[in-house]
Amino acid sequence: MRRNLPILGVLAVLLVAIAIANPFFLEPEGFLAFVKRAAPLAILAAGQYFVIVSGEFDLSVGSLVTAEVVIAARLIDGDPGATWPVVLLLLAFGALIGLVNGMVTTLLKVPSFIVTLGMLLILSGAVFLWTGGSPRGALSEEFRQFGRGSLGPVPWSVLILVAAVAAVIALMRSDFGRTLLAAGDNPVAARLSGVRVLRVKTTAFVLSGLSAAVCAVLLGGFAGVSAKVGEGLEFQAITAVVLGGVALGGGRGSAVAAIAGAFTLQALFTLLNLYGISGALEFTVQGLILVLAVALGSVQFPRRAKSASTTA
Amino acid sequence: MPHIHRRVLAAAAMASLVALTGCSSDLPADGPGSGASSDAGKGADGKKKTGDQSSFFVQADYEAQLAMRTKQPTGPADKPWEQSIDPQPVDTAKYKKAGPYKLCFSNAATNNPWRQVGWKTMQAEVAAHKEIADFTVLDAEGKDDKQISDIAELTAKGCDALIVSPNTTATLTPAVKGACPKVPVIVFDRGVGTDCPVTFIKPIGGYAFGADGAEFLTQKVKPGGKILALRILPGVDVLETRWSAAKKTFDDSKLDVVGVEFTDGDAAKTKSIVTNYIQRHGKIDGLWLDAGATSVAAVEAFEDAGLPVPPLNGEDQQDFLQKWKDAKLTAIAPTYPTYQWRTAVIAALKILKGESVPKVWNLPQPAITEDKLNDYLKPGMPPLHYALCGCEKMDGYPQKWGGK
Amino acid sequence: MTQQLRTTLPTRGLALRGIAADSPARPVFMALGVMLILGWALFAFDGGQFFDESNIVGIQQRSAALGIVAVGQTLAILAGSLDLSVAFLMSLSSLVAAETMAQYGVLPAIGAVLAVSALTGFVNGFAITTLKVHAFIATLGVSLIIKGILEYRYDGPAGRVPESFQHLGYDRVGPVPVSALLWLAIAAAAWFVLRRTPLGYRIYAVGGGPEVARLSGVRTDRVIVATHVLCSLTAGVAGLLLAARLGAGAPTVGTDGGYDLESIAAVVLGGTALAGGKGGVAGTVGGVLLLAVLDSVFNQLEIDSFAKDVVRGVVLVAALAIYARRRLAR
Repeated sequence: MRRNLPILGVLAVLLVAIAIANPFFLEPEGFLAFVKRAAPLAILAAGQYFVIVSGEFDLSVGSLVTAEVVIAARLIDGDPGATWPVVLLLLAFGALIGLVNGMVTTLLKVPSFIVTLGMLLILSGAVFLWTGGSPRGALSEEFRQFGRGSLGPVPWSVLILVAAVAAVIALMRSDFGRTLLAAGDNPVAARLSGVRVLRVKTTAFVLSGLSAAVCAVLLGGFAGVSAKVGEGLEFQAITAVVLGGVALGGGRGSAVAAIAGAFTLQALFTLLNLYGISGALEFTVQGLILVLAVALGSVQFPRRAKSASTTA
Repeated sequence: MPHIHRRVLAAAAMASLVALTGCSSDLPADGPGSGASSDAGKGADGKKKTGDQSSFFVQADYEAQLAMRTKQPTGPADKPWEQSIDPQPVDTAKYKKAGPYKLCFSNAATNNPWRQVGWKTMQAEVAAHKEIADFTVLDAEGKDDKQISDIAELTAKGCDALIVSPNTTATLTPAVKGACPKVPVIVFDRGVGTDCPVTFIKPIGGYAFGADGAEFLTQKVKPGGKILALRILPGVDVLETRWSAAKKTFDDSKLDVVGVEFTDGDAAKTKSIVTNYIQRHGKIDGLWLDAGATSVAAVEAFEDAGLPVPPLNGEDQQDFLQKWKDAKLTAIAPTYPTYQWRTAVIAALKILKGESVPKVWNLPQPAITEDKLNDYLKPGMPPLHYALCGCEKMDGYPQKWGGK
Repeated sequence: MTQQLRTTLPTRGLALRGIAADSPARPVFMALGVMLILGWALFAFDGGQFFDESNIVGIQQRSAALGIVAVGQTLAILAGSLDLSVAFLMSLSSLVAAETMAQYGVLPAIGAVLAVSALTGFVNGFAITTLKVHAFIATLGVSLIIKGILEYRYDGPAGRVPESFQHLGYDRVGPVPVSALLWLAIAAAAWFVLRRTPLGYRIYAVGGGPEVARLSGVRTDRVIVATHVLCSLTAGVAGLLLAARLGAGAPTVGTDGGYDLESIAAVVLGGTALAGGKGGVAGTVGGVLLLAVLDSVFNQLEIDSFAKDVVRGVVLVAALAIYARRRLAR
């Protein structure tokens, strides 16, 4: 818990600032709306956390999210009966893309930065080749419920987020979590002590792909079909993870802090908007905060990533 | 120790950053993003809450476009892509030559649904003319520098006519100037800063688009009503003109513009922004948007809040028209018709056959009103299909455009 | 495929050794050769001329800006860093250039651009070394800062570039554009720095292993700051070139061109290891030319821009997989 403290502190300050500017935020409805808005990024950040803590990058998640939404719209095509099969297919597709990323990174020894950059290009090209340039079909109302509807007062996306966070915590407390950290910290030592580094890293990519699929279901549900739904999400997810104090290069950082990082980023967006900085110097403030927050938080972290696949 | 040193540095910078953030909020921002003091139509400094007029605003163009909206276009009424408003014909006898022709096209990009619909319409138009033996196209993928090279390359390829859809007005001007002496040039969509092309094809323009939406709100929303304006991003000429015309309409009206926000064209961000405004103001009485891509997301924000959807404008995308019909919205859809992509090919052939074309080919730019909604709603077409493609009778419709 | 490559390598390698000073660069020049032959055949089949002047000039014009900034990116990557801020810096440079030229003339404009870019490079290096921020985050943060400034100060193309300076973007000596000569000169200068100066030796040392370099007396921080200043300077020069091409400055010219990720792609295509310490400028030049010839072939075939992305992605990953194999085989 102690290592989560800095980011939770920052998050608390931002939330208080939001509440001061917008008292509605303190009401359950207002707060839940915020959590609902942050849920897709938080889930994406959780997936990215696994990859980063194993010492790799996943730049492909943004275009994977777009691809998933476009695929969902075309396959569902407004038919309610297709909803569940397509959701399962989306999860499988996300996992498959993660598997490919992971296997190319670990087996072919290509740096993950390049593998996932290539995957970004391939996905964004291929999905629109398939649909002829822009999205077609439509999402069903049932599909939209995941991101739009709620169970009583609690939005489905908040429940999905809670489930995802629970799963992530359970995963990190299991053997997998320990071996993942070990593989990211020092792959050679991990391998010598019996960790199947390749398998663990590949699993991390699969988890990232899965999280992108869930994120796509939530975002597509929240706002509908769009050709640019995933634009820039990869950088936001990496930023969120890093804000949470997770070191690029692997081996250090907590999953909860990474998710808190996503909430912090979303709170920052909300705050900048509330105080009217949006549209002008918004990005400048974001950039400064990113660099300075990492500078403040990175006391004992290594300056530079040296991942297993790039030292070969 | 360096660690401590670094912490102090970063903390100091962070502190000054916080100070900076504080300062920025006092600036008279372009958009009155902080809606905290929204009771009056004017800010504390006496300025209009809609901010300063855009640097892109040109009064004469604005007046000309507004006037064009009511003028009767010449040409066949059932083919608006062949019509023109106020044509000033230019003689093209010197370009006349016998077919078959080689047409070339330098395309700025095919990176959004509007351009996709237009591009498919253009291809269908080319396929419909046997006299076009060859159609060579280079896609600049949204890169100014590549389009400059593309135009130079096409100029050297022995084209009979060169169609250009410029990525940016100012930066493509030298390249087009370089091509004009060698080949007849047809420019459409965005213009260039030279009159050397034989013809420039465009719908009436952004001012008319913006005014159509804003005037609709002044009619439908009671005086004093709260208006939220949603823009995609600043600094793009075609979007700036839309906003500047709307701003003028709002400034002259009794409506209270409580916010001008940028959405990046992102549906999720749009929905959040609208939701925030609903929370803060309790009620929004009208929505103005500079493009239709995010209209449905804005509508859904009201639906999800359990509120009636106020009057708003969209564009001619199918998803918005469908929503309009299903939810019985009070709405209008100004358009920026994709049929101009057809016109470019038609103009090229006219020039090569020595027929006169207008120097500036102003195409009609209808706004879809409720009584015409059913004419433009095309079931089976993709959600981001633009209704004013003029493509319904072309070969391959609707499959080629993604419909069924 | 790889089997074949390996068997043909020794003989081919000898012939190419003279061209490619850096041994990791050999495959990229082989690939370039194959692409040129392919392009020639394809154009001939299509009724065009691959090696005609307009096409050769086009390939060079399209690659000059990317080529220049990729040279700088090579230095950063060799030192074990990377720079994501070059695209926004190029936009900013083009604007600073065009605005200063319109007011004060060409020379002050060049000075202003170089000053702005050197400062940006210093900030990047400072954040990475003194603030100990990972290069990915530091340069991402700096690009956000520049993006904000661009959106705040500019709402569209601005400034004017005088005709005299536009010659840089349009003139050529026979089939070789001035912009390509500029690229060649910068590549040669970087090659000289890397191969013939102490700084070059230190860049390789820091990229190969910062701890070892530090223990053997290299001031690693200074080296990293220096490479980032040099990298940003090349982005500044590329911005100047774009301003000359466009006749104005444009706030989106760098990002629309995707120069950040594309320059990194060109560098690794050229055989430089992303982790640093291995590779060189010659490979990068080959990587940029390979991308440009690929583009030219795409143009001739009029390939859909989505298909292009797919092919680019596959080429990138496949090339890196081949490099990885070669390294393992040793």
